[in-house]
Amino acid sequence: MWKWINSFAKPEKAYWLCDVLQNWFAGVAITGLIIGIVWGLGYAPQDYQQGDSFRIIYIHVPSAILAMGAYVAMAIAALVGIVWQWRTAFMFMIAIAPVGAVMTFISLFTGSFWGKPMWGTWWIWDARLTAQLILLFLYLGVISLYTAFEDKQQAGKAAGVMAMVGVINIPIIHFSVEWWNTLHQGATITKIGKPSIAPEMLWPLLICILGFAAFIGWVTIIRMKNEIIMRDLHRPWVAQRFGVANANANANANANANANATANATATANATANATANANANANANANANANANVEGKQS
Amino acid sequence: MVALQSVFLKDVALAYRQRAELMQPLMFFVLVITLFPLAIGPSPETLQRIGGGVIWVAAILSLLLGMERMFRDDFADGSLEQYMLSPTPLYMIVVVKVLTHWLMHIVPLFLISPLLALFLNLTFDMYVALMLTLLLGTPLISFIGGIGVALTVGLHRGGVLLALLLIPIFIPLLIFATSAIESASMLLPYHSQLAIIAGLLLFSVALSPMAIAYSLKVSQN
Repeated sequence: MWKWINSFAKPEKAYWLCDVLQNWFAGVAITGLIIGIVWGLGYAPQDYQQGDSFRIIYIHVPSAILAMGAYVAMAIAALVGIVWQWRTAFMFMIAIAPVGAVMTFISLFTGSFWGKPMWGTWWIWDARLTAQLILLFLYLGVISLYTAFEDKQQAGKAAGVMAMVGVINIPIIHFSVEWWNTLHQGATITKIGKPSIAPEMLWPLLICILGFAAFIGWVTIIRMKNEIIMRDLHRPWVAQRFGVANANANANANANANANATANATATANATANATANANANANANANANANANVEGKQS
Repeated sequence: MVALQSVFLKDVALAYRQRAELMQPLMFFVLVITLFPLAIGPSPETLQRIGGGVIWVAAILSLLLGMERMFRDDFADGSLEQYMLSPTPLYMIVVVKVLTHWLMHIVPLFLISPLLALFLNLTFDMYVALMLTLLLGTPLISFIGGIGVALTVGLHRGGVLLALLLIPIFIPLLIFATSAIESASMLLPYHSQLAIIAGLLLFSVALSPMAIAYSLKVSQN
């Protein structure tokens, strides 16, 4: 069992898993979102107090819940990457980070539009809003730390530490801002036993949450596949898998190499790696692409 | 033990000989606080109401400014590699370095704080609460901040990134500290806030040295 799980540390195995899962996630996401949103926006009964404007709950609540969920998933991936040295775990981490950040933004945005008719203001320094805003900052911190490093392996580890520090902090932040100020209505569906929402409103909400979760998974899988291919472009398994597509990749690499070569001609100080690329500037482009690919390989 | 002592003495000597660098965050601290009465208006009631929060925000910002010194020079001149190779565990050296850094940066802040309490018209009770929260909160800033410094030490332009990473993490501390000062201004007890800050401090002292040591190894690659 353990050995089987560990085999997904290999990029090619992880890529295969992504391929298998992608269509399932896509199917659940599309059907879930269509059913949930049409049911929620079109057929669910009106709220006796909030009228039709409560319907934004079908976007707001799933995105708010899953923004948090995506952060936890990211931190778990970081832990796996740091403890068991999985390269693919860091790839997953950075694949899901922008998705989670966008979810956080959606929840803030829709919440703001909900707040205007309900509370009469676009923004209020309420506990949940503040906590969500801080969550967005934590996401942006992880992403900007990752992009600051050139060596992506190092970047993954550094951003992983930051993600774990953040996930330890989220409960503390939540608790502290809750104590600090509260205006937001209490949680609607997590009350154990008797949720304070009518079942005909609850069902579309649950379907929407499922659809959003699958959608996040779908986008993350696509991003992760891209990440794996980009990082492993020079590995033989990519060439084997994309017999034809690899020609394209090579063409791209060629274009890159040429661009690099001209840039290098003007640059003053360059590392030895670039020096070799420079020397090859006039040689045939194919050899050049290989050299470049090798350099990238060493870096990743 | 001797190794830790020598790390401590070296850091103290370095900080003492680079007094100018030590003074800059302090001057920044005073300047930021001077800006608030100018911007908001000098009425004593207003200043008293915002005083605790202003001092805390300024303290966090000025500590962030000086924080890079914690590992930057050691990273640049290679001492850090020697620490990693030495038989003394890295996390213990890290604890000593963080504490030394805290000591060298916080003592001047403490010395100057009565003046700022006068500037912002704080009552004596608020001043006592401010001192207590600073005493418990600033080591927390140093320990958590150490993680950020260790992560960004290898980057060329780590300064702004450091602030981006750390400021969200300090928000709970800021909330509890300012709420303690606010309670003090209304003559209410504020033990619970102090206890929470102390709890956070102990938690971070227990865990962050390991995280800092790991991050330093990542940065050293």
